[in-house]
Amino acid sequence: MAKIMTVDDSVSLRKLVASALKAAGHSVSEADSGQSALSVAQTTTFDLVISDLNMPGMDGLTLVGQLRKLPAYRSTPILILTTEMDPQKKQAAKAAGATGWLVKPFDPAQLLATIRKVLD
Amino acid sequence: MTKSLSDIQIELLGLFFEESAEGLQQLESGLLALEQSKGGGADTINDVFRAAHSIKGGAGSFGLTEISTLGHAMEGMLEDFRSHRTEPTREMLASLLEGVDWLRNALDARKAGGSLPIAGVRAFCDQLETLRGSVPGTPTAIEKVASAAPAVALRIDFLPAPRILESGNEPVRLLRELSRLGRAKIATDLSRLPGLADIDASLCYLSWHIELEGNDVSAKAVEEIFAWVDTDAVLRIEPVLAKPIGQDVAAAEVAAPALVQAHPVPDAKSQLASTDGRADTAIGSIRVGVDKIDLLMNMVGELVITQSMLGVIDDEGSLDSRRVEQLREGLGLLARNTRSLQESVMRLRSVPISVVFNRFPRLVHDLGQQLGKQVELKVNGQTTEIDKTVVEKLGDPLVHLVRNSLDHGLETPEIRRAAGKSEIGVIEISAYHHGGDVVVEVRDDGRGINRDRVIERARQLGLLGENESPPEDAIRDFIFAPGFSTATAVTDVSGRGVGMDVVRRNIRALGGDVFVETTVGKGTCISMRLPLTLAIIDGQLIRVGNHAYVVPLLSIIESVQVEPKRVSKFQGKRELYRLRDKLIPMIELGQVLGMQSWQRSEESLMMIVEADNAPIGLLVDELLAQQQVVVKSLETNYERVAGLSGATILGDGSVAFILDTTAIGRLVRGTPSGAHAA
Amino acid sequence: MSDLPEIPATGGEPAKPRSAQLLTFFLDNQEYGVDILRVQEIRGWSAPMPIPGAPPYIKGVINIRGDVVPIADLRERLSLPPMEYGATTAVVVLRVRYKNRDRIMGVVVDAMSDVTTVPGEALKAPPTFHDSGESLAKEIATLEDKMITILDVDCVFGDRAA
Repeated sequence: MAKIMTVDDSVSLRKLVASALKAAGHSVSEADSGQSALSVAQTTTFDLVISDLNMPGMDGLTLVGQLRKLPAYRSTPILILTTEMDPQKKQAAKAAGATGWLVKPFDPAQLLATIRKVLD
Repeated sequence: MTKSLSDIQIELLGLFFEESAEGLQQLESGLLALEQSKGGGADTINDVFRAAHSIKGGAGSFGLTEISTLGHAMEGMLEDFRSHRTEPTREMLASLLEGVDWLRNALDARKAGGSLPIAGVRAFCDQLETLRGSVPGTPTAIEKVASAAPAVALRIDFLPAPRILESGNEPVRLLRELSRLGRAKIATDLSRLPGLADIDASLCYLSWHIELEGNDVSAKAVEEIFAWVDTDAVLRIEPVLAKPIGQDVAAAEVAAPALVQAHPVPDAKSQLASTDGRADTAIGSIRVGVDKIDLLMNMVGELVITQSMLGVIDDEGSLDSRRVEQLREGLGLLARNTRSLQESVMRLRSVPISVVFNRFPRLVHDLGQQLGKQVELKVNGQTTEIDKTVVEKLGDPLVHLVRNSLDHGLETPEIRRAAGKSEIGVIEISAYHHGGDVVVEVRDDGRGINRDRVIERARQLGLLGENESPPEDAIRDFIFAPGFSTATAVTDVSGRGVGMDVVRRNIRALGGDVFVETTVGKGTCISMRLPLTLAIIDGQLIRVGNHAYVVPLLSIIESVQVEPKRVSKFQGKRELYRLRDKLIPMIELGQVLGMQSWQRSEESLMMIVEADNAPIGLLVDELLAQQQVVVKSLETNYERVAGLSGATILGDGSVAFILDTTAIGRLVRGTPSGAHAA
Repeated sequence: MSDLPEIPATGGEPAKPRSAQLLTFFLDNQEYGVDILRVQEIRGWSAPMPIPGAPPYIKGVINIRGDVVPIADLRERLSLPPMEYGATTAVVVLRVRYKNRDRIMGVVVDAMSDVTTVPGEALKAPPTFHDSGESLAKEIATLEDKMITILDVDCVFGDRAA
């Protein structure tokens, strides 16, 4: 039962991820932008953050970079949600400090299995 | 949790359709801007790319493959633009615009429960790919170095970089995953561990050597487990049996493929220039379901009734004066609060007319090309707010008028040049509030409507007798007749002028009307006037016979005491009242309302009201209070009644009908067109 | 279509008798009933606001807790002789379905009677002789001491012929 934050400007996708996680018994908070996610993170510590890559304003990678600067998030698992992962994107994600990625479209079972890789 | 995940997906699908509609709008306007070389350039491309990307991603997650395929194809081309691999050409932009249409159709099909056949979608996507194909392809996936034939036992060396923990990846978890694949013998290598005093808790000094054995064991499976950390660690996988292949997987992954280009970092200048001309839709707004608003409206309605009930108590006069004063103060406050609540709620239901206007840039663009005319579209009053229900009915008439202007109003560039006009024709759509109405105009600087031609055609169609002289307002009366069109060539764009009568009929059904102003050679302006539908209106209570009725304040021009010397009879039957320079028909409201026994008395007043821009005078017995009334539809439990726009509940609990003065005017005049006003 | 099960002919006795729960009232000394599930409430008579152009049996509309509800005189609707409204006159407010919409309307009756459950065996189809236009009767309940005409509420609102 972990505390998870999902970040995505698309309401439908964000809720899809949130409901899959909640169904598995996790406690989920949602943010609709990188900026609001960052604000929340400054006062709340999550066990895991899942963020979309392409968002208006602060994009996913920038968010990861900013989160990593917060002491509480130095080694928190942060996953990037993306539609494909070519090596270039992978390098960029790793350079920003992301733990790993999740490829869209995913099915809930896949999501939960991946989450298990980073949560005890 | 009683809902299955697939149930949740279905609920969220509706949300996805809404988001995609907005995304498509962004896509389209961005592409149009790029085509006209307006817009922020790099920023626009980014926005457009992101819109396509979102639709593709969402569609994939919801299992709408044909849509994600379309999105993917368009995204590919847009990515080429974004990374400056290609410069957008006219042809590419045109095919992307076609892609928008495909997406729109695909989404509509899904909303209706079906889906576009994938074959057609693939054919279009192939077209897009072919257009892209003249350019070096996007980077392909890395060629993973093939390991040897999967061995059942593997030897794995995992040497994480010291900073691996900072990526949130815990080696222990990875090892645990590994041991799920099969039987694992794990040996920890402590050789890099420094002295206790020098240990930095945030670094990892350990490495591991693992022997993994099992039926599910394969190099691929192991690589997958370590996929996230391959740049943070050295990973060696070797089969234990047979000849060691000895390929260094880590090394292979580091080898970059042939075509990799870095994304250009947006420079400060283009970021600063980003705000021009881009609508800021996301700030501080939420979506509210219309049913919630209707519920709220009902509650406000009840509040208004309650308030007027309290007003009645005040009239009873049985309280002492001090208490009455307090009561009056309280009621005044209540009235003000109710009024502002009502206004706020009404505003919730209002939407900006841009919702209707935003389809026109594309429409005008495509139509102009099709007709070979150069057009500039100007749009005014995008923020004019109108009630949601009115918006939906305004769309089609407006489209028809714009098509008409483009097709029949504007001349071809050659003709325009010859006439000394600019080759580019202008179509201007505007919206504004006027009194209690919304006015929407379509104006063009085209050839105008020729009155003589109209009269001639009217004679042809038998609408005007050979020897009859045409009425003042000939153009207006006739161009809205069914089948009327003075165009010599009937294009299939706007039909045979069949639309104009439908336009007027639809607008009239909403309680509004259509007007025309035109000058030959200069242009035409067609304006539609629509009443703002309000469920709470300010009304004037009147008494006719023994019953009270409500006349909407906005319809009232003035009320006068009847002076018999000003009354004259027309053709022996109709009575007209001379008021200043106007002759106003007098109407026995009692008769219209079915009270056969109603008689005019000396105290009868005449209330002059609006009816199709030609006022009428209603004879009533008494003017009562002015108050806000909640409009209740008669159609809920009964039926539409001619002359009434609804009913309301008064403070004393009785029902009073609300008069529709325009309808009464038409009833009395007998002809729907009102062309022969008395 | 021949592989579909046989649909029993209408108008005959139901195969298994089911009872009917009715609200009953009097009109011209005859007892009538309506399906209790269709009854929203019972009110006393209050003068309605006449509607211009309405059929003669629709007397007007009244306010029921904020809803504008049409009232029909059931005597007139059934072509019975008219009667002065008195102390026992009541208005039965019904949920009816007319022209594909659910509506609320009230009918004026001479006096209320009772709520009764009529066993299925007592229900019969109404007689089909009728010279006075359409019949609003759905069924007839024959009990040992009386007869109740059960009305089809969905037909009360308007002429089927209209």
